[in-house]
Amino acid sequence: MSQDNLVLYEKKELPGKLTIIGLAILILGIILTVLAFSTDTLRASYNLILTLTWIYGIGLGALFLVALEYIVGADWSVPFRRVTEIVATLIFVVPILSIPLLLNLDTVFVWLNPELLKADKYIAGKVPYLNQDFFVIRTIAIFIIMFIFYYLLVGRSFKQDKTKNPNINRLSVKLSALFMPIFAICITVISIDWLMSLEPKWFSTIFGVYYFAGSVLAALSLITFISILLAENGYLSKFLTEDHYYNFGALMFAFTNFWAYIAFSQFMLIWYANIPDETLWYMTRGNEGWFAVSIGLIIVKFAIPYLALVTRPSKSNQFRLKIIAVWVFLAHYYDLYWIVMPEYTRKTAEHTPVYSWFELSVPILVIGLIWVVFTFVGKNKNLMPIGDPKFRKGLEFHL
Amino acid sequence: MERKILHSVTGLFNTPDEIIKAAKEVNKAGYKKFDIHTPYPVHGLEKAMKLPRSPLGYFAFVLGATGAALALFFMWWTMSVAYPNNIGGKPFFSLPAFIPVTFEVTVLLASVGTVISMIVIFFKFPNNSHPLHDTDYMKAVSTDKYGLCIESNDPNFNLEKVKNFFSSIGAYNITEIYWDNEELNTKKVIFEPKFVIGLISIAIITSGITYYLLNKLMFMEPFSWMMKQQKLSAQAMTTFFQDGFSMREPVVGTVARGFKPYPYPADSVILAENNLINPLEYTEENLNAGKAKYNTFCSPCHDYHGTGQARLNGQFPNPPSLHSDRARNWKDGHIYHVITMGQNTMPAYNKQLSEKERWQIVLYVRALQRALNAKEEDLQ
Repeated sequence: MSQDNLVLYEKKELPGKLTIIGLAILILGIILTVLAFSTDTLRASYNLILTLTWIYGIGLGALFLVALEYIVGADWSVPFRRVTEIVATLIFVVPILSIPLLLNLDTVFVWLNPELLKADKYIAGKVPYLNQDFFVIRTIAIFIIMFIFYYLLVGRSFKQDKTKNPNINRLSVKLSALFMPIFAICITVISIDWLMSLEPKWFSTIFGVYYFAGSVLAALSLITFISILLAENGYLSKFLTEDHYYNFGALMFAFTNFWAYIAFSQFMLIWYANIPDETLWYMTRGNEGWFAVSIGLIIVKFAIPYLALVTRPSKSNQFRLKIIAVWVFLAHYYDLYWIVMPEYTRKTAEHTPVYSWFELSVPILVIGLIWVVFTFVGKNKNLMPIGDPKFRKGLEFHL
Repeated sequence: MERKILHSVTGLFNTPDEIIKAAKEVNKAGYKKFDIHTPYPVHGLEKAMKLPRSPLGYFAFVLGATGAALALFFMWWTMSVAYPNNIGGKPFFSLPAFIPVTFEVTVLLASVGTVISMIVIFFKFPNNSHPLHDTDYMKAVSTDKYGLCIESNDPNFNLEKVKNFFSSIGAYNITEIYWDNEELNTKKVIFEPKFVIGLISIAIITSGITYYLLNKLMFMEPFSWMMKQQKLSAQAMTTFFQDGFSMREPVVGTVARGFKPYPYPADSVILAENNLINPLEYTEENLNAGKAKYNTFCSPCHDYHGTGQARLNGQFPNPPSLHSDRARNWKDGHIYHVITMGQNTMPAYNKQLSEKERWQIVLYVRALQRALNAKEEDLQ
């Protein structure tokens, strides 16, 4: 790449057919969800929480990765930043998803049940935090804060394609530094509100980190998959090398280990302390039916990705990475299913894992949403941040 | 010493990009016996050099697996076979608690062992001399330069051609490295007396300083001020009192406040049974208090229901059931006496339970016995 007038990236529009397929999947997902709500509102609500935390985790995780790139000054990820930014657009879908839940919070959240509050003084003591008004205010505030940061970090980067102004990166770095602590608080609050408070008696101080690790892993796997798919079909620059993909593999490997570390720390401390208020969450997931699912989580989300990614070639081989990315992405669904659905079966007193078309509507809806959002947003945009001053350096990156 | 045999020709490069390009060129020129030295690991170099995959990973795997197995075996053997201890009611072999230690030992053995096996197997320990040592070339590549070295035992080696090749790919400081055969075979620097004595004296000095610091210096002033206080230590000898004990006994006949002497010796249970009468009534309050104390102090051996099949099963001999005819026919005073003075393996509880609490337990034991042998009229 010695010539200066070299074309680094040629814009190639995503085919219109793609949007139609995505729309078909999305409509199927929406129909299934609506059907689920009219058949069994309680079960559908739990599944919608799963959808919401999955999508929001991916969106926030992508936003986090954008900010991380600015803050550490990474070169290798610059060519993929546009893909990450488009994935981050998913956060705009979440308010729509949350409307059916916010309108009847009391179907899923037992801390709104006045009889329970009267009977249980522990849960009653949490009312200053866990009450409907504050919950809605928190949720909407986080939505708005994240929209602002989306505009500041991603929106300005979209504009840079036309203006080619290299100076906006300097402000982006500062904004990313501001974003990090706010993001940490927001994702913790999201995890506590939507997932941990399903069992209001239970608490784990590491739970926010647990959700963060899983979400970033899901975002990373999605971005890896989309980037490789686009690059293989010639929508990205032809100067991408194995060294670029190696970083995706290494990061996925790192976050797989990070997730396992956090998950094990949470389990071991609760298991060791053996305090009833803390163990009850694991007791729900350790009874007969759910025990196999809990053991499966270790294998699906840790053992298999770990063994698949541990060797060096599998981190740079695009074909293997693509398969692992799909696996990791769906493993995050397994993880969220393991967090959310035992609470449903406890409420209905079934105490065994349930899986039917109710649950199947979740991945269909999620994949449809991601597909439509990506093709819709990415259609008229460059799929690489050509205005970024580090773009060329990023393409020339090698290990 | 004069070095005679030609080992290799070396050249230097300034950037990692240049060295990767040079590695490709060397391969293209058909040289097999060459090596590259860099101040830090350069990614992509092994591919450019067409090196086979390093077997070191297998060593690391085997060592790591050994570490994991050793740690688990050690903890299993100590914690659940040789000296089983009840820790917080956890099982003797509690895997979650062992995982952090297993992880540490795995990492420790894998990393340290891999380095050692690398030194022993690949660097041929204890032979630590190499023709490239102590050369300007080695000084340069271990600070900031990237070096290429083509060895003279390469089948295509020709001094003039190699030198020309070096200048054609842009190397500078092209030097020939000479060595002496004796150097490799006879001189094992690591076993030289000077080195060995130096090593031993470092060990002696280090341990001497440590000993002096921890065992002598800490007991000198001013470090010893916390230890030397103007008071008598509990178990220490003293010249202040005539008998030499620093602890004093109370005056003969002293009685603690609220203390009531228990008149019956441990072996006169019949006397106690006939003379003691339970002063308490069967009230809900008394029974609840008795239950709480029973569950804390008695249930570990006697079980929550008095069957004797309790959760300490196996670590202590099982006590007999409290529901036997013998125990049911005892008067309250008998049970009270056993709680107070102990019996067989059972220790005395007069220090841990007050008089009232002991009677409350007696009431609760009575209730337990009644519950298992309920009469017709109890149902009404």
